[in-house]
Amino acid sequence: MSHIHIDMEKVSFGYEKGNEILRQITFHASETDSVGLIGANGMGKSTFLKMLVGLNLNFTGSIRIEEIPVQAGTLAQIRSRIGYVFQDSDSQLFMNTAYEDVAFAPRNYGLPEEEVEKRVEKALRMTGIAHLKEKQIYKMSGGEKKLVSIATILSMTPDIILMDEPSIALDPRNRRNLIHILNSFDHLKIIASHDLDLILDTCERTVLMTNGKIIADGLTKDILTDKMLLEENGLELPFCMQYK
Amino acid sequence: MSKISGAIHEIHHMDTLSSRDQWVNQIHPLVKFVLTLVYISAVVSFHKYDVAGVAGMAVYPAAVFILADLSFLDSLKRLRLVLPLVCFVGILNPFLDNNVILFQGIPVSAGILSMATLVMKGIFSVLASYLLIATTSVEKLCYAFCLLHIPRAAVTQFLLTYRYITVLLGEVDRITQAYMLRAPQQKGIHFKAWGSLAGLLLLRSMDRANEVYESMLLRGFQGDYQYMRERISFRFWDILYFVFWAAVFILFRLYPIVLLAGAVFQR
Repeated sequence: MSHIHIDMEKVSFGYEKGNEILRQITFHASETDSVGLIGANGMGKSTFLKMLVGLNLNFTGSIRIEEIPVQAGTLAQIRSRIGYVFQDSDSQLFMNTAYEDVAFAPRNYGLPEEEVEKRVEKALRMTGIAHLKEKQIYKMSGGEKKLVSIATILSMTPDIILMDEPSIALDPRNRRNLIHILNSFDHLKIIASHDLDLILDTCERTVLMTNGKIIADGLTKDILTDKMLLEENGLELPFCMQYK
Repeated sequence: MSKISGAIHEIHHMDTLSSRDQWVNQIHPLVKFVLTLVYISAVVSFHKYDVAGVAGMAVYPAAVFILADLSFLDSLKRLRLVLPLVCFVGILNPFLDNNVILFQGIPVSAGILSMATLVMKGIFSVLASYLLIATTSVEKLCYAFCLLHIPRAAVTQFLLTYRYITVLLGEVDRITQAYMLRAPQQKGIHFKAWGSLAGLLLLRSMDRANEVYESMLLRGFQGDYQYMRERISFRFWDILYFVFWAAVFILFRLYPIVLLAGAVFQR
């Protein structure tokens, strides 16, 4: 078990001066936390995740991953431990076949080819797409692409996984499989999603964001059952609770 | 299917062809690449009136089409944009070269002969290149380039450019589809919208390129990539294939094999 943790202190970020997307964010997560990141559209969830892997560096405040500050010189070290699933699979997948794409990271980290093969096959098995191993990416459906995207980070055996809308495009069976994968991952994970039922099933802790600020941070069962809080911030109760 | 969707489909189709399990596809990529260069050099080196010599060089594309189980007609369809250009190159020769020379005892316009030679040289060179990419994946080609000590940065750039073409075309396709669905009466895109669509395309492609690059960075990419699962070693068949075709090219280049064969049949 790794002892990785995330510390964000008073982080603010904006592409333009005076138009901040994240405002004074302070957030801590430890090695086994499973955190759901929720909020209405355009509230800064994706930007929040991108900050953690150093895709936006001109922020104020401090971000540390296991005491390593997120800055230009430390990115390779930090990124080798974090798996990031993009919202849009077409932005994540660029090789010809599923195998090639899932093997991309292990190869870049210089692993011998036998190890690469083992990791790729395990990642494809875990996501239930071993049969798509040699299938060309362009022939895949949106859901298949999403599963390959998830496999691309599993092959990195990351200490932290960050997922931006992972259940988009998945059919009910694959969504259930995703929940199983996420629950079997016992390291730190942060999942940004509008699928509140998915958050309910996979995360013990939930962070609610509005206008670039953390409005609430607590147990999922408390936040996702607080109808008033959710509605004030442009959300609704999870589907499974709406008709109880 | 729109023209752009068709273009994307064509690119993907070439990927499908090159990933087939045909015997020619399994030949070492360096062997096929070098053979293609040797073939094109041999073809273009024939004298401008040596129609028979150039015609003999058809043996290589003909054999590879059969060995790779590729459709010749499909290849002509795919090369329909290039081949007319190739043919156009020699179109003025009959007017510029008015000499008359004897071809197998028959007086023929030298311009016609040189035009025929030039057109054949162009077609054979294009076909040889087509056969190379139809039987060799872009990753294998990159592997061959690395063996030739072409700088890895240039090879990676080549691979990514190839991959990015479909991303760019995809963006163009989405933009034009969205436009056409809301302008069903128009046959094309109105010139007033050209500026904003081109700007949008530029911004979107830059965004998409940036996202793909970010995805690569997040998975440890540092400017260098291992193109193949494992080192492709040279097998006996690779050497034999190379030696055989190199010998055929030399033979056809040095001796008028077609004319000699014709003489044998005439007897």
